[in-house]
Amino acid sequence: MIEVEHLTKYYGPIRGIEDVTFRIDKGDVVGLLGPNGSGKTTSMRILTCFFPPTRGRALVYGYDVVKAPLQVQRHIGYLPERVPLYPDMDIREYLHFAASVKRVAPTRRTGHIDEVMATCGIDDMANRLIGALSKGYRQRVCLAQALLNNPDILILDEPTIGLDPRQVSDFRSLIKNLGRERTIILCTHILPEVSETCNRVIIIHKGRLIALDTPQNLQEKIQMYGHIYIQYYGNNPQLEKHIAGITGVVAVEASEATFSGARAFTIQVQKDEAILRELSGLIHTEGGPILEMKKQNLTLEDVFLELVTKEEAA
Amino acid sequence: MGMWYIFRREIQSYFQSFIAYVIISAFLLLAGYFFYTDLIMYVMWTLKKVDFEKIWELYFNDIRYMMTIIMPLITMRLFAEEKKLGTIELLWTYPLRDWELFAGKYLSAMLMLVIMLGLTLTYPAITTLLFHIDLRPLFAGYLGLFLMGSAFIICGVTISILTENQIVAALGTYLVLLMFWFLTWNEAVANPDVINILLNFSLFDRLYNFTRGAIDLKDIIFFVNFHLVFVVLAMLALSARKWRGVQ
Repeated sequence: MIEVEHLTKYYGPIRGIEDVTFRIDKGDVVGLLGPNGSGKTTSMRILTCFFPPTRGRALVYGYDVVKAPLQVQRHIGYLPERVPLYPDMDIREYLHFAASVKRVAPTRRTGHIDEVMATCGIDDMANRLIGALSKGYRQRVCLAQALLNNPDILILDEPTIGLDPRQVSDFRSLIKNLGRERTIILCTHILPEVSETCNRVIIIHKGRLIALDTPQNLQEKIQMYGHIYIQYYGNNPQLEKHIAGITGVVAVEASEATFSGARAFTIQVQKDEAILRELSGLIHTEGGPILEMKKQNLTLEDVFLELVTKEEAA
Repeated sequence: MGMWYIFRREIQSYFQSFIAYVIISAFLLLAGYFFYTDLIMYVMWTLKKVDFEKIWELYFNDIRYMMTIIMPLITMRLFAEEKKLGTIELLWTYPLRDWELFAGKYLSAMLMLVIMLGLTLTYPAITTLLFHIDLRPLFAGYLGLFLMGSAFIICGVTISILTENQIVAALGTYLVLLMFWFLTWNEAVANPDVINILLNFSLFDRLYNFTRGAIDLKDIIFFVNFHLVFVVLAMLALSARKWRGVQ
């Protein structure tokens, strides 16, 4: 659906992105992650034919963004971060304009606009002036604009910024629904959003691609070590030292216990079941009965920070 | 096709935001006043049979000044507003060519010009009811005004691409138009050869032949060339995003 090869964009001497290569298949919902200024918007602007790349090639739906921009643009719906709209038009009027420029056939324009407005939940506001809408509704109108002409590919730049928590969750379920039939690129730096909605993640940092995988795989790859939280009933001051003595244990840290009379540790271990057996045995004999023992999963946020800091150190 | 949709939206916007009504009525008010004073003054000063060709000449020259003031106010918003709102970013990702976008906007301002000039035809129309007058000089004069107005518009639209501030767009257009006007003001200091060359570029002097009832092909070619230069500049300005960073 989208093929990007060695894509590079320079603004004069300033690097936008460099040598980015990836492939997105039909039906993927891809999260495009990266710190501010990492090249997310640059990548999206190349894919929408806003400007051409300095080097490299990008194919969207089989069409080259440089050689056949109009064909590419017919298959793309784009929601820019700024949510640009004309304040002096009402919603229906605006969507009519957008539909006509996006080449929706005149005969099915009205019906199509009604459909899209229903999908975005703005059908009861059709005659409201855009200038008088709240941020959440502006966002929906702009999404409706992107959906016109049923594009196969949706590119959404920070679609949930500035929405209230309820609108955010509405918007995410809307995106999930849309993702059933379409390919979506979701550019964001809100990480829970990605774990919730995306089946693939692309991480860009300083213009370079540093990771491309499913959110689960990314989390697992990073998790060479596991974090285990253990709470036991007892008070043995020597225990911490003994735990640290087990081979495979990387670090031991005292944690907050939730039961009275209990003590707790967070232990970083290498991934190995034998260590878990040894660990629980040791605590049971030397410390006391174990009240709680759980593996702590890394969130996508930890993964992201880990990748980005590692990249910065390198 | 894309051009037509842009054109339609711009027209809608002119009339919904009342810019059109305010500007057109101001223009008509002033045009009517000038027509009246030109007529009265001429009749009182000459005290003889009214020579309408002379009156048209005065009248067209007056309208020219008003157009200089008013046309940049019409064109200033065309691109500057889209840039300010950020809507240009969306237009640039729609299946729409740069020239279609530009032509749609240019033509919408042209329609405003046609409406403005068209409504002023009432004054000569009333005159023809009362006197028998030759319509040919009138036609030449209006053709001249139309061509000059279109030159103001192409200049204004092009400058509007360069900024997101409408005031800057209007002032920039005034500056360029005034430059084309001032070109021949330094007759006394420059040597005659230079003046003769400069004279070829003077936008405002181009109207004189038309106001005297003469349609010269040279003058028409000047306006065509004027358009060509600004179209090239406009296309360069629009495609600047492709070779420069746009934030």
